[in-house]
Order: sequence, then C-alpha cells, then structure tokens
Amino acid sequence: MKVAIASGKGGTGKTLLSVHLFDNLMQSGEQVVLVDCDAEEPNDMIFFDGKLIDEAEVLQQTPIIDTDKCTFCGKCHEYCNYNAIFYLPPASMIHVIDELCHGCGACNVACKFGAITERPLSLGVVRNYQIRPNARIVESRIKVGVMTPVPLIKAGLKQIRNEPFVLLDSPPGTSCPFIHTILDADYVILITEPTPFGLSDLKQSVETLKTVGKAYGVIINKAGIGDSNIYDYLKNENIELLMEIPFDKEIAYHYSKGELLTEYNPKLQSDLNNLLNNIHKKYGTSNN
Amino acid sequence: MITRSLRRIFRKLLYGFYMKIAITSTGNNLKSNVDSRFGRCAYFVIYDTVSQVTEFIPNPNLNVNEGAGPSSVQLVAKHKVSKVFSGEFGGKVKSLFDSLNIQMVVIKENKTIEEIIEMQNL
Repeated sequence: MKVAIASGKGGTGKTLLSVHLFDNLMQSGEQVVLVDCDAEEPNDMIFFDGKLIDEAEVLQQTPIIDTDKCTFCGKCHEYCNYNAIFYLPPASMIHVIDELCHGCGACNVACKFGAITERPLSLGVVRNYQIRPNARIVESRIKVGVMTPVPLIKAGLKQIRNEPFVLLDSPPGTSCPFIHTILDADYVILITEPTPFGLSDLKQSVETLKTVGKAYGVIINKAGIGDSNIYDYLKNENIELLMEIPFDKEIAYHYSKGELLTEYNPKLQSDLNNLLNNIHKKYGTSNN
Repeated sequence: MITRSLRRIFRKLLYGFYMKIAITSTGNNLKSNVDSRFGRCAYFVIYDTVSQVTEFIPNPNLNVNEGAGPSSVQLVAKHKVSKVFSGEFGGKVKSLFDSLNIQMVVIKENKTIEEIIEMQNL
C-alpha cells in the first residue's frame, strides 16, 4: 500500500505526519519504507538515526554546443521549450544555460551539423538509510541551483522495493513535484490547517487530485486556530475528515528539537494507528 | 542650437551608431515608470541617443515559464544597446550582459522613462 502525505500549503505538517506514520509502522514490525520526496528540503532523516546503505548521484544529460561546428542556424534554440539556449547570431554567441536545461534532448535532435554533444551533469543525490531491519528511509536531495526536483523524486521512487507499506512525503504545492510524488499512490492524505491560506491551498490540492483521480482524505492540523470555513468546505464537498491534530505548544516544542512525539503524545499515536488501519482496510488491497 | 548639433556630431563620432540604450518600462509611454524587473518587465524601451528615436517593444517573455531573463537579454542585445536600465537584474542575466559588454544600470528610485532619457541627453 502506497500512501502519499501532501498539502498545498507549506508548513502544515506533512513531515510531522510522515515521520510519525513511519515510526508507528516501524514499531509494529511492518516492512515499511518512507520516501522523502521533498527534495528541496528533505528533513525526515532529522528524526531518525540510520545507517547509510547506498548513495547515488542523479545525473542529467546536458548539451554542449561546439561553436566551430555550429552554423548559427538557430534550430536548437527554436526546439528548446525552456529558453535554455542563449542564441545571439550577430555576436556569434550560442551556449547552453545549464540551470534552465531539462535534459529533454530536443536540441540534439534539431542539430543537423553535429555541433551538439551531451555530458552528464549532477542534479543531486538519492540516499538510502536503513533505520531498522524492517524500515528504510529514501531521501532525495536536490543540488542548490537546480531548477526542478522532479528527476530526483523519480529516482527516489525507483528505490521502492516490494515493501507492503510505502509512505511518500510529498513536496508542498500542486505542481509537477507533487503530481510525480502522488502518481503511484493508492491513497493521498492531505494535511492542512484551518486558516484561509490552508483552505485556499487545500482546494487546489483537491482539484488536482480529482483530475488525477486519486482517493484522498483530509487531516486538519493545528486545529483550534483560524476559523471554521475549512470544516464547511469539507462538509459541502463531502470530503472525509480523517482526523484532527490540535494546535499544541508541546507538539511544536518537541518537534522543533527534532524529537518524535511518540512518548509525549500517546493520543496522537493511537489516532495514527486507527488511521492507518482504516486506510489499509479500504485501500490496502493493491498489488503491493 | 549650434552647441546642441555640435554635441550630437561629437557624440556620433565618439560612439558611432551603437549608442542605444534599453530601459524596462511598466507602460508604453514616456510617463511610465521604470519596471523594477528586467526579464519580466511589461515593455522594453529602446532609445537611440543619436537620432533620439524611442521605440516601445512589448516584452514577449512576460509570461514564459522559465528563462525570461536570458531571453530578454537576447532581445535587447539584438537592438545593439550598450546600456540597460532596470530596477533589478537576475543571476543568469548578469554574466550574459558582462560577456556582451553591455552595462547594467540599476535604478532603485521611482523614475519615469522620460527622466532616464533626459539623463542621457545631458
């Protein structure tokens, strides 16, 4: 069963929920892997000690233009969808702006003069940590300056073996990084907060999930702050409210120190246990 | 009048035909303010200090997903400007302008296009 933990708005508790669900499954002896897909700031590993079992660089083929062979025809520039080829014939200037390149290879197809060759460029690393014999964390970490985390997310997801429980800690937002994370998930938990921002971004997440056609439910974190609009929205849209996590100074205190709340907050643990059981009953029948 | 035309001739001798400047603009007239963004400004103003002709070009890169800066460098460089005035220049843009020998001028205060042009005609 693959469960993605996602939210439109940042800072609503994706990582909080992911690490506690992971810890819960790990403690109960299940085979579980948590993939930290938030490649721009992966911090699931802050909460666990583990042994680094392997580490692989994620590479992207990036073109180089040989100006001796180049005729300045402009075809590659025209083919490039990402404005990654700086092309200025009057100044005899043509080169690839690496940061903008998506590695699609279209320019290589466009060039009829053999002026384009490719070389691998590092986008970041995917690390595999063994936390317990039954529990693993995969961490995708982007290199500073790289435009999109999607190749790293894909590489991280490839590290999933045949664990019966897979948790995916999604990056915030509703764009490509989010979509690539949830694409293979059996169920998506959207976690949000009862504020206008939380609601606005929740709506966007819901719309996206409807389009992709995923089963999902909502957890309201920091319950007690903000207003009740989010509850009305869930009711009107007939969206399942899975659970609420209260706005609690103690949670923030321990969490900010990189500690799990397992010992401090038994209620949260039992709530998460029930949540996992319910989701597993309904959606855990898939092939993994 | 005489000094003015002398000055023009002198300038022409000094800079040839290349004394053009680009200014990022929020609108399509001289009263518009300088746009604080370079790559995603609303208009580019190309001003020729010799002929004193002003041209307003709507920025085609305003809504591209990525690479607005470098594309806009290509646009202004095609007009053979030697200076660019804008509120800010992004990281990818600076090295491109440097290699093209185009000077970047950062305008922090609220100035109109007219005021920038007047500064050039002193």
